[in-house]
Amino acid sequence: MNANAPSSSSGGAGSPDVNAPRRNSKRPKYSRFTQQELPACKPILTPKWVISAFMLVTVVFIPIGLVSLFASRDVVEIVDRYDNACIPPGTKSQKVQHIQDARSNKTCVRSLTVTKRMKQPIYVYYQLDNYYQNHRRYVKSRSDQQLRNRGDENDTSSCDPENEANGMSIVPCGLIAWSLFNDTFSFSTRNNSQLNVNKREISWKSDRDEKFGSDVFPKNFQNGSLIGGGRLNESIPLSQQEDLIVWMRTAALPTFRKLYGKIEVDIEEGETINVVLENRYNTYSFSGKKKLVLSTTSWLGGKNNFIGIAYLSVGGLCFLLASTFTIIYLVKPRHLGDPTYLSWNRNPGGH
Amino acid sequence: MARGGIREKLRRSSLYTLANIRTKPSYRKEEAASEELSGYPRVIFVNQQTVSDDTPPPIFCTNYVSTTKYTLFNFLPIALFEQFNRVANFYFLVAAGLTFTDYAPFDWPSQVVPLALVVGFSLAKELYEDLQRHWQDMTANCQKATVHVGNGVFESKQWRDVCVGDIVKVKKDEFFPADLLLLQSSYEDGMSYVETMNLDGETNLKVKRALQNMSLPVVADDDKAVHFSDFRPTIRCENPNSNLYTFTGNLEYNGHIHPLDPAQLLLRDSKLRNTEYIYGVVVFTGNDTKVMQNTTQSPSKRSKIELQMDKIIYLLFGLLIFISIVSASGFGYVVRNLVPLWWYLMPEVPGEDFDINNFFVSGLRHLVTALMLYGYLVPISLYVSIEAVKILQARFINNDLHLYDEVTGVPANARTSNLNEQLGQVDTILSDKTGTLTCNQMDFLKCSIAGCPYGKRPSEVELAAAKQLKALDTHDEEASIGSLSDTTSLEAITITDDGNANKSQAIKGFSFQDDRLQNAKWLKEPNADVILLFFRILAVCHTAIPEISEKTGELTYEAESPDEGAFLVAAREFGFHFIKRTQNSVVVRERLSMDQEPVEKEYNILTLLDFTSKRKRMSVIIRDESGQILMFCKGADTIIFDRLADTGKQYLEATTKNLNDYGEAGLRTLALAYKKLEENEYSDWYEKFHKAQIASGSNREELLEELSDVMERGLTLVGATAVEDKLQKGVPECIDRLALAGLKIWVLTGDKMETAINIGFSCSLLRQGMTQICIVVSAEMLAEAAKHVIKENILSQITTAIQTIEDKKETRAAFALIIDGKTLTYALEDDMKFQFLNLAVNCASVICCRVSPKQKALVVRLVKEGTGRTTLGIGDGANDVGMIKEADIGIGISGVEGMQAVMASDFSIAQFRFLERLLIVHGHWCYKRISKMICYFFYKNITLALTLFYFEAETGFSGQMHYDDWYMLLYNVFLTSCPVLALGVLEKDICAEFCLQFPALYQQGPKNLFFDWYRIIGWLANGVYASFVIYIVNLRIFSPESFRKEGQTADMYVIGTAMFTSIIWVVNVQIFLVSHYLTQVQLHTIWGSIVVWYLIVYIYGMTPVDWSAGNIYHQLPEVLGPAYKFYLSTIFVTILCNMPYLIHISYQRCYNPEDHHVLQEMKNMKKDVTDTKMWKREQVKATQDTEIGLSARVDAKMRLMKGRTTRKYSSLAYSSS
Repeated sequence: MNANAPSSSSGGAGSPDVNAPRRNSKRPKYSRFTQQELPACKPILTPKWVISAFMLVTVVFIPIGLVSLFASRDVVEIVDRYDNACIPPGTKSQKVQHIQDARSNKTCVRSLTVTKRMKQPIYVYYQLDNYYQNHRRYVKSRSDQQLRNRGDENDTSSCDPENEANGMSIVPCGLIAWSLFNDTFSFSTRNNSQLNVNKREISWKSDRDEKFGSDVFPKNFQNGSLIGGGRLNESIPLSQQEDLIVWMRTAALPTFRKLYGKIEVDIEEGETINVVLENRYNTYSFSGKKKLVLSTTSWLGGKNNFIGIAYLSVGGLCFLLASTFTIIYLVKPRHLGDPTYLSWNRNPGGH
Repeated sequence: MARGGIREKLRRSSLYTLANIRTKPSYRKEEAASEELSGYPRVIFVNQQTVSDDTPPPIFCTNYVSTTKYTLFNFLPIALFEQFNRVANFYFLVAAGLTFTDYAPFDWPSQVVPLALVVGFSLAKELYEDLQRHWQDMTANCQKATVHVGNGVFESKQWRDVCVGDIVKVKKDEFFPADLLLLQSSYEDGMSYVETMNLDGETNLKVKRALQNMSLPVVADDDKAVHFSDFRPTIRCENPNSNLYTFTGNLEYNGHIHPLDPAQLLLRDSKLRNTEYIYGVVVFTGNDTKVMQNTTQSPSKRSKIELQMDKIIYLLFGLLIFISIVSASGFGYVVRNLVPLWWYLMPEVPGEDFDINNFFVSGLRHLVTALMLYGYLVPISLYVSIEAVKILQARFINNDLHLYDEVTGVPANARTSNLNEQLGQVDTILSDKTGTLTCNQMDFLKCSIAGCPYGKRPSEVELAAAKQLKALDTHDEEASIGSLSDTTSLEAITITDDGNANKSQAIKGFSFQDDRLQNAKWLKEPNADVILLFFRILAVCHTAIPEISEKTGELTYEAESPDEGAFLVAAREFGFHFIKRTQNSVVVRERLSMDQEPVEKEYNILTLLDFTSKRKRMSVIIRDESGQILMFCKGADTIIFDRLADTGKQYLEATTKNLNDYGEAGLRTLALAYKKLEENEYSDWYEKFHKAQIASGSNREELLEELSDVMERGLTLVGATAVEDKLQKGVPECIDRLALAGLKIWVLTGDKMETAINIGFSCSLLRQGMTQICIVVSAEMLAEAAKHVIKENILSQITTAIQTIEDKKETRAAFALIIDGKTLTYALEDDMKFQFLNLAVNCASVICCRVSPKQKALVVRLVKEGTGRTTLGIGDGANDVGMIKEADIGIGISGVEGMQAVMASDFSIAQFRFLERLLIVHGHWCYKRISKMICYFFYKNITLALTLFYFEAETGFSGQMHYDDWYMLLYNVFLTSCPVLALGVLEKDICAEFCLQFPALYQQGPKNLFFDWYRIIGWLANGVYASFVIYIVNLRIFSPESFRKEGQTADMYVIGTAMFTSIIWVVNVQIFLVSHYLTQVQLHTIWGSIVVWYLIVYIYGMTPVDWSAGNIYHQLPEVLGPAYKFYLSTIFVTILCNMPYLIHISYQRCYNPEDHHVLQEMKNMKKDVTDTKMWKREQVKATQDTEIGLSARVDAKMRLMKGRTTRKYSSLAYSSS
């Protein structure tokens, strides 16, 4: 403790320093890191940089916006709302009654006019509104184990409240499967030639291969006291029940589209498509809309002007900003490193 | 030096004629009052390792001292308790507990894992710090002490094994291992000298004295001290207490009872000086010792930024509760009104999440869920990240070579890491003097003999001021007095160079340089006889003892004060070598001519009137070889001047002028005088004096003092000495920088007022032209007047002073407040302290002298609480511990004295001058880093948490997340933590050099420009904006139509992943924009985080479907990877989210730049090299208005000189001063 203490009061000529040799042991080691002298780039946002950055955004965004708009413009999309049209008019409760009545005739014919030539493949979607597939109770109510492995058939604990019926496990269990959408559509052209709807490969490949077992068959499905949505063919393994696979991918928002199938022929402009649909699915109790959508795709997917407009407006905004900064820069330039802008020069004495 | 000295055995007490330590009578046991035998609670049987009695010996605590916070057993419970005492951690603990229930919107690992990491890290840190303390304790506890083991044999034992009742031997310059009762010292009469600097900060040695009537034989150093083998007294004394200056008890030996008092008690952590060895009995050990009783638990300090951060956390908790309530009421509404219609949820079956028949309970239950879900608003990893960053920052401080003292080999040490940023916000520095500002080493520098000044070497103050002046000159050419100041400064500089050359053979304590006096040339001076007298006084009038070192044969002096040592060295250098002291004579080897051999002269000391702080003078009466009786006297100049004979005032005027100059140069001065006595005059006086000496009446001291006062009159002035209380290296410059950076500096010292004022001058805290306001109450008043009278007196002094300051406000007058400890006692009382503070803050510098350790702490508390500013206490001794602990930041100087100050401090540095870099560079950086980091932290968490809220609102407030649990878990812990850590550790807005060159930049911290609510709210708003953009844009881009050419639509988790990708990009680009200093580390962490995110999604998606829960199985390669929208949304969101910040910062930088922006540009354009003139000019301007420091002093001098030159005054006036 007192090893280094010189005797402060004695005035004698410097006594030899005994401790000198081992002094450097605590000396911090030099490295650029420990001395905080690492080389670094120190970007400075000069007006030139700012203007160029905004211009760069403009230059990149406007073409992207234009390309996206063009892509969206090329997409042909036909949307047909059929929930009200395919049911006898009446009050909401009458509609619900109608849709829940197993004996009522639910076949409905719609005709759609093609305004622009549609190149194959034409994708058929159904769109539901105000349908909360994203509700936590709904999302949770499934058993991925059971869907995948035949052996885990009884693994239905996560499927509340739809896990078993008549004392037996349901395959596939859970609310999602139980509420399977079951309207069907068939299409024909004006000259009554049938337009085939290809319902294969409308789901993700990984779902078919891994998540839905090829040896898992529906069992005890829709056998309970409450019947929800569609039924499943018990002789087809789940991995081939693509409608179910698509349905089981819960949507993010209460308004969503799901792929129904593909029409793999071109349809000419002016053509009328007759749609024969079985309107079975109950959206009437919660005032949900049902729509049928036929759409082609571009490289960006379906019809969506938002991307193009968004890119164009931000590009434009950046152009405005770049111009504003340029004008300010020209009118009232600040020289870089101008000492008059230092606080002690701006308000002398007041800092 | 422990066994080195050969010296005459002296009765030291004979040197102290006025010493008022008197022996107390002992009395036989039978005479003792019974209460004296039984009244004291603590009974110690000395020297009895084995007690044969039936009664077991009382159990005393061991000498093991522990300062650790935890023990092995209580570590976990206490440390965990402390962790969960933090409101955020407690919240996360509850949330983690709830994840095991059905309320949780996610699986348990996403809450428990981060919490475990965070708490585990904090625990590890606590453990590490406590272990460090433990190791430090161990080194203290394992020091060796020499303990009597029986039969007169002493053995070396570790401190911790020393027990109460042991007899220990302590050698010179060793610390006492425990509180000891002094039995015997190497001096015949049992005197010993103790340095108590560690306890009370006083530099002069204290005299302790063993019991007189107990005759123990004096033994030679190496003897075995056999007489202790059957020395078995019993000590009865008071219980351990914290009072340093009291001790009562008695010692029973051989049937006699000897009363004990504090004069016999040697305290642990003080040091034996000037005494070869002592024997003592251990009375108090370990935690019972006075010094340990005085230690208080270090308060846990938190920086202001952290306190403000807590407020932000509360704000966020408020937001959390608010949106949770919104969410819960939304949920209740949906459950009540909408859910019954949603047949696909089977609403009629009540589940764990809702019950349509009881929407209110459902809402309440959902509140719990929502509180957990939005927990991401409060960043769980914030505390731990900040802690990690601070530890790394502290490592930088520890490793800074600029803070490493090459001389002592001590690096800086950040002992607590949680105050780093506070270093950047200091407003007032309260500094100790001795050991902090000064080295406690005196250098004889100048003298004035017969009115003629000698000694050419300038003092450090003069040197520093001259340098400053020269620096100013080089770029302040308009100064008309340039030419004349040039000469003075040049002169000064040349002298410096000179001095440096001579430094190699420098003599400790002697820096005098003047050819007129050295090498016996003084004989040729006109006043050679006076000079001779002067040197003789130096060599004879003292109480020191010469000691020959066995090794080198050199003579060293054991002096009571360093001044005296310096005088003797000076006398020796002038040819008056004091070589021997006997009981009543002093032998000086005098060299009276250049070619002759020195002659030894013996001066018979008749009487010695020693120095006391009250008398402020000492005298010796001697008879020289010719039989002439002379009295030599040295003392404070004012005292001596009052006592001069009318005939002795020949040199008074010239000497006074010289003394003034010395005072301005920061030197300590003493005046020397003599008087010739007639034989009978002396003998008459001595008769009376001797009578008084042996008298035992109560008025003995008064009488003695009166008599010496009679004697010390009618003196003849010889001259004056000027000793430099050597400042530590770089202190004036450092104080100047700190003052220019706008810091206020107060000096709190235990030393006397004169010394303190001298140091004030030498540190440039005082200068000529500054009005000194001394708040002092005279000793008479203190002794006689009632308390309220004294207080009224002080109060009126304070109010007049405030009035004076008010009156002179316009004239730019500077004031210095000087107050002494006694007065301070009253001034610090509740009813007066704010007036005192008001006065103090209006003064440019404040010096408090003779303050006790406790008062230091009280002053700090007053400043801290009274002004609300950040205070920094700096000191080196145990007497500063209170101050160090009390201040917002405590800094210990790890110098030569003990470790107490360092142990109590938050940071330790080797030298005061390192404070400059510690505050202005490290403090500034840490402040900027931490404030940027915290703001960013809140930003990134708000960005994430609010997207959860928006989404939840669209799921019927059901608490569904669109992110995988793992994303959430990894977000804070892994995905966004590295860049922010790198920012917190490495960011630098301005390089170190510039920080030092532009001290005004420091004010950004004390003014808290970078962590004010404006900025915080700005960042929070930025987070809200970003979350909104991220959410809306991604949804609009991805739904409801197909998002890729193959026609599939996006499900919830696809949108979630896309959104999360946007978040990762946005926050990482944001931190890129925030950083100004991008080293490889930052760049790698930023793009690394982004890359790692993609890798995680990819790898996680490729794991077997059982692990990845299927939600993102093969998502990146199969679903998102081929979709162009995925990339377009990321780019768009990243740009749009960072746009407001970019616009803001661009506008600010271009048209309303802050100081560091401009300086960055200058650096970038190398203006510091190309336009040095402007560069220097700006540096000078970048300072705060200050009245202290060298620069202010130079300024004042320049103003003065300008005034003079216009009045056509001689320029010599300056150079001579």
